Amino acid sequence: MHAVVSIKQVPDTSEVRIDPRTNTMIRSGVPSIVNPEDVHAVEEAVRLKERFGGKVTVVTMGPTQAINALREAVSLGADVAILCADRGFAGADTLATSYVIWKAIQRVDREDPVDIMLCGRQALDGDTGQVPPGVATRLGWPQLTSVLKIDEIDFEERFVRVHRLVEGGREIVRSTLPAVITCTRELNAPRYATFPNMVRAARFQPQIWDKAALGIADDDPNIGLRGSPTIVSKVWAPAPRQRSGTTNIDGSDPDRAAAELAEVLSGLGLTRSTHVSPVTAVPASAAGGEL
Amino acid sequence: MTAPEMAPETVVDFSDHRGIWVYVQHRGGEAAPVAWQLLGIGREMAQQIGVPVAGVVLGHQVRHLCDQAISYGADTVYYIDDPVLERYRTQPYAHGMASLIRKHKPEVVLYGSTIHGRDVAGAVATLVRTGLAADATQLSIEEAGHLLHASRPDFGGKLMSTILCKRNRPQMATCRPGVFSVPEADSSRTGKVIKEKLGLKEGDVLTQVVEFIPESHHVDLSNAEIIVSGGRGLGGPKAFDMLFDLADAVGGVVGASRAAVMAGWIPYQHQVGQTGQTVRPRIYIACGISGAIQHLVGMQDSDVIIAINSDADAPILKTADYAIVGDMFEIVPALVRKLREMRLEGVVSPTVDDGMSADEEEQASA
Repeated sequence: MHAVVSIKQVPDTSEVRIDPRTNTMIRSGVPSIVNPEDVHAVEEAVRLKERFGGKVTVVTMGPTQAINALREAVSLGADVAILCADRGFAGADTLATSYVIWKAIQRVDREDPVDIMLCGRQALDGDTGQVPPGVATRLGWPQLTSVLKIDEIDFEERFVRVHRLVEGGREIVRSTLPAVITCTRELNAPRYATFPNMVRAARFQPQIWDKAALGIADDDPNIGLRGSPTIVSKVWAPAPRQRSGTTNIDGSDPDRAAAELAEVLSGLGLTRSTHVSPVTAVPASAAGGEL
Repeated sequence: MTAPEMAPETVVDFSDHRGIWVYVQHRGGEAAPVAWQLLGIGREMAQQIGVPVAGVVLGHQVRHLCDQAISYGADTVYYIDDPVLERYRTQPYAHGMASLIRKHKPEVVLYGSTIHGRDVAGAVATLVRTGLAADATQLSIEEAGHLLHASRPDFGGKLMSTILCKRNRPQMATCRPGVFSVPEADSSRTGKVIKEKLGLKEGDVLTQVVEFIPESHHVDLSNAEIIVSGGRGLGGPKAFDMLFDLADAVGGVVGASRAAVMAGWIPYQHQVGQTGQTVRPRIYIACGISGAIQHLVGMQDSDVIIAINSDADAPILKTADYAIVGDMFEIVPALVRKLREMRLEGVVSPTVDDGMSADEEEQASA
C-alpha cells in the first residue's frame, strides 16, 4: 500500500492579529503549524500503513521553512517527504498550486504506484478547499471530499467506501482506487509523536524537488503568478455596522424587562404560526415595535 | 481513466463570453435555497452590465427546477437531463458543467459555497482552467470590463479580501449561503430552456452513491426566521438549556458564538459568524455574546437584533435594535414564562380560539 498525503504549512490563525491603524495582518511572532485537518490525513495514512503494510509519502509546496511541516509528518509516521520548492512557484493561487502538486504526485506515482491520496479538507488560513479537487481532476482520480469515515478499503479489489459529510446528513460513497480523499476532524484522533520518531524527524532531510525535478519547463505558464488566474486586489479588516436608534430596555428589573421584550417580540410577529396568523390582532401599541 | 483534456491556457479577448450563470444545486429535485439567493444577486449584476442571467440545472427528471429558476429571475436555463446525473457525483456533474461552459461561454459562474458547491466548483475550475474565489460574502461587478469583485473572509474571519480574475473567463466564485436574499418568485416570468447532452455513460463514472443518511438534528441556521444565540457569558453548556426553551417559545433555533463552540458547550453546526454560518433571520436574540467582529459580521444583516448582556460596554449592544443591560439568567427565563402566558391568553396567536395549538393550526391550514 502506498499512500500520499499532501499537506500545507499555515500561520496559526488564532494568533493572527490585525493592526487597527493599517488594516494589515501582524505576521511577526505568529507560529507556523501543519494545517490541522492535514494532520488527520497523515494519521489516516499511517493507520492504513499499519493495517496493510507499505509506506506513506508526504508532499508539500512552499518555502524552505515548510521542511518543518514535513518533519512533523515524519514524526507522526510518514516514511518519505518531498518539498516542492522553486522560485518559479511563488505567488501561486489554488490552480497553480494544484498543478505543482499534481506534477509531484505523478512523479511519485511513476516511481512507486500510488494507491490513495489523502489531504485535509481545507486550510486554516485560506479556507478554500480547492487544491485537492484540482489535483484529483488533473490526475483523473475520483475525489471524495469531507470524509468522516473510511468504511471499507480493499487494495486488492481496488475500491474504497467512505462516509462523506453532505448538506443535511451523510452520504456513503463507493469509489475505485486510486482516489483522492479529503479528511475532516471527525475521521480520527491524531496520535502524539513517539520519542524515536521525533528523533528521526529532527534529522530527517526531505527531498527537494524544483521545476526540473518535476519535469516543469522554465517557461511553463501554469506555475507561480503566471499560472494563477486569481489575484487579491484588496485586503481590509471588516467593520461592524452600527445601528442608529437603538432602543434601550432597562434590565435592572428582570420581570419588567421580560414583559417589555415580550411585547416587542409579539409586535414583530412571533411564534411558529406567524405566517398563518399575521400580527394584525396584536395590540397597536406594540405593532411598530416602539416603546 | 486518463486525465481529462483541459482547455488551452491563453485566452485574451473575452468578447465572446457573455452572461452570468448560477449553478442550481439540488438534491433529489429539491433546490438548495442558495441557488435562488444567487439568482437574485446574479440578476442584479446582470442588469447592471446589461447581460442575461442563466440558471444551470443538472439532474435526472428535474425539469421543474428549470421553471423555478426562471421564476426566480433566470432568463435562460441550461439543462442536462441524464440518468447518470440522478444523484450528485463530482465527475459527471463537473463534466457536464465544464462542457456547458466551453460551449456557451459565460463570463461569470456562481455556486453556493456548500460542501456540494465547493466540491463541483473546484473540479470545474480545473477543467476549464479558470479562477475560483472561495466563499464570497460580497459580490459586485464593474461595468467596464465586467470584472467580478468577490470578497471573502480570510484568516479565520479576521480579514476580508477581494479576489479578481482578470485574465481568464469565466470568473467563478463559490458564495456563502444566507448572505444574499432570495428574490420574490414570479411564476408568470418566461424564459428559454436550452437542453444539452451529458456525453458520459454510467460505465465512465468511477463512483457510486450507496446511501444518503439524513442527519436527525440538523440545525438550519441559514434559513431560520428567528435565532436565539448564546456566547461566552453563558458560562457553560448547561445554560444553553434556557436558550433552547426560549427558542422553543419563539419558534426559533439556537445559535452560538465561536467562543461557546470552541469551549465545547455546543456543536459547531450552531456557530454563527465569519467562520460559522452567516445568518439573516427576521429576529436575532443575542444572549451573553460580547460581539467579536467575527460574530457581528455574520449576523448584522438580521432584520431586528435584540441583545442581552450584563456588560454595558459590550460591542453587540451598539449593533442591536433593542439593547438590554441586565442579568440574562433572570431575564431569559422570565421572558419564556411571559411568552407562554401570552400564548395561553391568545395575545401572540390571536386567531387560535378553538383550542388548537399553533402547530396544529399550521398543519390544518397547509
